[in-house]
Amino acid sequence: MGDSKIDKILQNNRQLAYILAIAFLAVSMIVGISVGSVSVPVSELFRIIGKEAFHLPLSTEANVMFTNIVMKIRLPRVVLAGLVGASLAISGAAFQGLLRNPLADPYTLGVSSGASVGAVVTLFFGLSLPVIGLFTLPLLSVLFSFLTIFSVLLFAQKLDRSMKVETIILTGIIFSSFLGAFISLMIAMTGEELRQIIGWLLGSVSMRGWSYVGIILPFFIVGAVILMLNARELNALSFGEDRAQHLGVNVKQRKLLVLIAGSLLTGAAVAVSGTIGFVGLVIPHFTRRLVGPDHKHLLPLSMIIGGGFLILADLISRIIISPAELPIGVITALIGAPVFATILLKRRRIERR
Amino acid sequence: MLTVTELIGGYTREMPVLKNLTFEVARGELFGILGPNGSGKTTLLQMMSGILPYHSGEIMLKGKRLQDYRTKELARVIAVLPQHSTQAFSYTVKETVSLGRYAHQKGLLQSWSTEDEEVVQKVMKQTGVTQFQHISFEQLSGGEKQRVLLAQSLAQEPEILFLDEPTNHLDLSYQKELLDLMKRWTKKKDLTVISIFHDLNLASLYCDRLLLLDKGKIQINDKPNEVLKRERIQAIYQTEIENRPHPNLPKPQLFIVPAHLAEEQEALVINEQYLEVTDKWLVLKLPIPLKTLSSGVTGTENGWYKTFVNCHAKLTYDCKNPRKEMIGYLSSEGFNPSETVGMITDVDVQTVTACFYEEDNISTFIVVTAGKGDVVDTSRVVPSIHTWVFVNGCLSEGVFIQGLITATEAKVKALHDCGAETNTPSTEASKDSILIAASQRGTNIRHGESMASLDKLVGTGVYECTLLAMKNSGWKDG
Repeated sequence: MGDSKIDKILQNNRQLAYILAIAFLAVSMIVGISVGSVSVPVSELFRIIGKEAFHLPLSTEANVMFTNIVMKIRLPRVVLAGLVGASLAISGAAFQGLLRNPLADPYTLGVSSGASVGAVVTLFFGLSLPVIGLFTLPLLSVLFSFLTIFSVLLFAQKLDRSMKVETIILTGIIFSSFLGAFISLMIAMTGEELRQIIGWLLGSVSMRGWSYVGIILPFFIVGAVILMLNARELNALSFGEDRAQHLGVNVKQRKLLVLIAGSLLTGAAVAVSGTIGFVGLVIPHFTRRLVGPDHKHLLPLSMIIGGGFLILADLISRIIISPAELPIGVITALIGAPVFATILLKRRRIERR
Repeated sequence: MLTVTELIGGYTREMPVLKNLTFEVARGELFGILGPNGSGKTTLLQMMSGILPYHSGEIMLKGKRLQDYRTKELARVIAVLPQHSTQAFSYTVKETVSLGRYAHQKGLLQSWSTEDEEVVQKVMKQTGVTQFQHISFEQLSGGEKQRVLLAQSLAQEPEILFLDEPTNHLDLSYQKELLDLMKRWTKKKDLTVISIFHDLNLASLYCDRLLLLDKGKIQINDKPNEVLKRERIQAIYQTEIENRPHPNLPKPQLFIVPAHLAEEQEALVINEQYLEVTDKWLVLKLPIPLKTLSSGVTGTENGWYKTFVNCHAKLTYDCKNPRKEMIGYLSSEGFNPSETVGMITDVDVQTVTACFYEEDNISTFIVVTAGKGDVVDTSRVVPSIHTWVFVNGCLSEGVFIQGLITATEAKVKALHDCGAETNTPSTEASKDSILIAASQRGTNIRHGESMASLDKLVGTGVYECTLLAMKNSGWKDG
């Protein structure tokens, strides 16, 4: 019951919710950068970031090894984890609102399967396109995810010209299963790349560097801005499409915008880090409990909390069986599934009351 | 305000749901759409509210084609109150109502203006949901949810409000409240309301005009009195219907006739076998209630009664409040007062005359008590007469009245022929009473020949029985 009191306070005081969420993200980032096989003291960390990122005229010279660890390894990793978490969480929140289904997640429409096919194909055939070289995998992955979402939407439109969400969900499931079969086929036929493929499928943000941040960032900005501009439309859409249209929402256009923006975010996230499950499902739920279902606040807060959550999950994945690393998807599932179950149970109890 | 011209639409072009509809709705009208299931009501509503496209024809809204409206623009003219709404997530009532302002908000950021806030507060007050504003929508009862959705629709400040069976989840008082509100707004604010109704009676009471749809075609588009004719409704809804005016309003009301009652109607002939005479009273007890028009002490409301009692009153009878006393007396004697017509006579009921008359498949059973009675009136001696006319048949209301006239005339003639005066303007307890009751089964006696036959039977019967009863009670001329 103490819990629901906190929920009430936060729902009535949105500013506090934002402050807490940002504080959570900041703390996660600091902990994520400083903790690891080599600990970086927090004071050192601030000095390095102040000097390298903001070019502050700091007098003391920073430790070169710490600087390298922070700027070349930890910081890009934390930023990437944050962006992936934020992308998955905000698109999860938007998809749940659009599809009027609290169990929807960014992967419902088959985007992740598409992206996975792209990545697995790259790994399986050992592809390396000229010029882009190492970035063959993320780029092919993004490309495949877009191909998938457009095929899903085209197919859904063929089935039902008004593109009801039920049709879109069904089409997404069909495409997911089909693409999933492809992935299984390649896994079955593969030899030495097996570990690499499985590792990628379970997700990871390690050893990506700044270039991967560069890949996801534009998609993230465009996608997040589009979604947040559609917050009120998402509110209306969660009353049903006909109702939303009666309220004045241009349903077809807005639906397409949300779907494309969400897919941009998801496709890019999967491309840079693999399929990390549960973030897009659990974080929006959790956030909704904190601030209510109004998308105006739900979307940005999900984004912030999702970023912080994935940074922490990544931290755990690299320290828990150090020096080895667990795939981050394992951690999110291990944390996410019980949390999700608890949320559902609590919700049930509230409903029954 | 809204003009629909040769509208064809729904499903496929070859098998449209709506087949060529043309009608017009004026500003400030409360316009009802009726029709059996599958007649195309909802399809029509969806087309008029811009949700469904149509194949051909035209819908003009304020002189502009419906398709030429942008979604937001349309939402500022038209609002729709849905039949029900489920939310995937639990918004608060205020958040829900605030969404109604969507169409009025401008700009990319769609900021919340003071006007928006004012309108939201106003409509929440009007629909009586202000006290719930911070509660989650899902926690409300069906009726409260409906009111919140109404508030949401009204927050759009529409000129036309569409309702799809608005009273579906509402209890009786909310149904009335909602429709009263709609009616008031059409009058005061010139709001146009177009509503689908399942309940024909509510539609009759509130609508200015009704559009009756059947299989996608307009059957009639007229005032409720014209639309809700018994034969028309029976044909379109294919069911047994009775039609009566509202007791206090000149609006037709329809009544369904349950099949089990219509079927179980074995013929009932009312005659001597049901009559029981003791020294205290005269009772006619029937297995089924009769439709009865009567004067007397109890059971004087036009209605259905099973038992008919005429009590013999003693001289000491206190008649200050005979009705209340009668009810008490009937209960104590084991009669159900709400099923019983009670009369009081000062004549010895054992002198009753009861005769059965039959002709041309029409029969009537007439029971008369008449005589001087015990009441001593010093100025003059007048007889007290109670006439019961039971008819085995199904009578229209006109025939009931005709029966009363005929029976009264016959009684007066009989009295005249034995040289007595009538007693009608006397005190309540001892005045003459009359009742006419019919089983409403068997032969239809509505007008024309059958009515004439009945008239003849009743006239003769009442005349003969009254004469006989007078004689039995020992009435002597003057």
